[in-house]
Amino acid sequence: MSARSYIVDDRERKTFLLDREVLVSEEVLRQEMTRIFGRCWIYVGHSSELKAPGDFRSRRVAGRPMIFCRDQSGAFHCLFNTCRHRGAIVCTQREGNARRFMCIYHGWTYGNDGKLLRVPGDDAYADGFDKAAHGLRRPARFEEYRGFWFVCLDADAAPLAAYLGEAKDYIDLVIDQSPSGQMEIIAGVQEYDVAANWKLMVENSVDDYHLPSTHSTWLNFMANSGVKIEPPKEAGLVLPTRGLAVDLGNGHFTTDNVNFRGRPVAKWIPLYGEAAKQEIDDIRRELVDRLGEERARRVADTNRNLVIFPNLVINDGSSVTVRTFYPQGVDKMHVTAWALGPVEESESARARRLDAFLTFYGPGGFATPDDVEALELVQQGLANWSDDRWSEMSRGMGKEGEQLNSDEHHLRIFWRRWNELMGAQA
Amino acid sequence: MTAPLAAQGLVTRAQIEDFLYHEAALLDEWQLDAWQELLTEDACYYVPSNDQPQSDHRRALFLIADDRERIRQRIIRVLDPNCHAEYPRSRTRRMISNVRILGIENDIVSVAANFVCYRFRRYERIREYVGSYHYLLRRVGEGFRIKERRVLIDAHELGTLGSVSFIL
Repeated sequence: MSARSYIVDDRERKTFLLDREVLVSEEVLRQEMTRIFGRCWIYVGHSSELKAPGDFRSRRVAGRPMIFCRDQSGAFHCLFNTCRHRGAIVCTQREGNARRFMCIYHGWTYGNDGKLLRVPGDDAYADGFDKAAHGLRRPARFEEYRGFWFVCLDADAAPLAAYLGEAKDYIDLVIDQSPSGQMEIIAGVQEYDVAANWKLMVENSVDDYHLPSTHSTWLNFMANSGVKIEPPKEAGLVLPTRGLAVDLGNGHFTTDNVNFRGRPVAKWIPLYGEAAKQEIDDIRRELVDRLGEERARRVADTNRNLVIFPNLVINDGSSVTVRTFYPQGVDKMHVTAWALGPVEESESARARRLDAFLTFYGPGGFATPDDVEALELVQQGLANWSDDRWSEMSRGMGKEGEQLNSDEHHLRIFWRRWNELMGAQA
Repeated sequence: MTAPLAAQGLVTRAQIEDFLYHEAALLDEWQLDAWQELLTEDACYYVPSNDQPQSDHRRALFLIADDRERIRQRIIRVLDPNCHAEYPRSRTRRMISNVRILGIENDIVSVAANFVCYRFRRYERIREYVGSYHYLLRRVGEGFRIKERRVLIDAHELGTLGSVSFIL
């Protein structure tokens, strides 16, 4: 069944409008759970979170309880955290190391590969009862790209590598920070709710148009810390340097910006302190030696906010953050955010990376709380949706060729893909 | 090393309580410049991530890990009307109890207390921040200055508390 279109995509009039119903409708959310979250590859976790056989993390993935774990042989699994007997969660710990997961209700016990090992009083079952058929169920697909593990509930979906497509190049750019090509999730997770529709976080994560108005206090902080951010000189720019919005296919997209704000890899700013200069120079030298001047410049001197459709964001800016989020109702989302860093990073470089993270990102950062405020104000304003129906997203449509990060090209990419997956008539 | 101040009766729980109640009043009244005068020049303010309450901010991602200069910048930010998350400002009311002196070493008093901080914003339900404060206080003359202020939030995740955009 095809739905009506939720967007007005008028390329002749250079107009793009979004029907605000998609941000408030229970019916749309119900459809999203099958058409978006039921069909796309969804981020679960990173290899570095499970260092040894038997390590596990229990978490919600798109709202569903799952166990991300390694068995005794070291193989990775993603299991539904739901007992086959009567449905209780079998792993209640956030993280740890375990050979078995035992359901506390009746004692059904599973191995860390999901196999059903023990059913108390199993002589009460008829002969036909097959333990082997009662292992923990798991998402149809579970695949990895360079340490990033995803699941897909659709058995017929294209492989992850094909799904990611050109987005892989931008993941590679982040991983190239590490001399060994190994990045790790750093301890400490930020989990917070935002009282707004989950799709507003997709928009916000790449929307560079909002920076001067939403984040002027962050710009002041940078100026107070010795990083004077000059207004743009080039006509049409909103930010001090030129940045692009890039379509990566399959609904993925990224910003690709010339850095103006310092980076732990490897652009020194006074905020990092004089003592850090030498080490940042060394980090940069290693990049150039290993990758060559051009690639090193891409890694060190560009900021990129990457969206893997539908709900994974990797921001490589003031620091690297991996952020995913899922709906908890039409007007509420749950956000999980981690910091990512090279495994071989020195103690001082790691400390600098974490400090740089907090200058901008997270619930106590100098920018994220104002993003959250903006999204919540949108959601509040949407109570008038039925009488003020359309959101305006036409910035940049009149331009040929390159689209800027402060245009809305990338937002349109998201919404076109979303609209298509929701079964709308083009 | 231990307890010369306490042994001589120079630090009492009542004195510490008076200090913490005064600090709480300044924070709830948004008298942040006066609050800063309670800090030492090397003061730090930490809010660890909910899953890593005992970690080191140099090794684990925190929600807040401010040195003295960052605290100064944080206050410039939250007092700016363009700090949208706090404009209009949250109304807060904090209750402090179970105040304990954990130890005294030279002029540093280690203190723990429980707190509930209620936060109110327009059109919103109450947000209740529950947890413990951990202080290192420096004895200065008849009073105290805050050398370290560590806030542990009991909630397993920040969740519906959303943000820590004010001074918790």
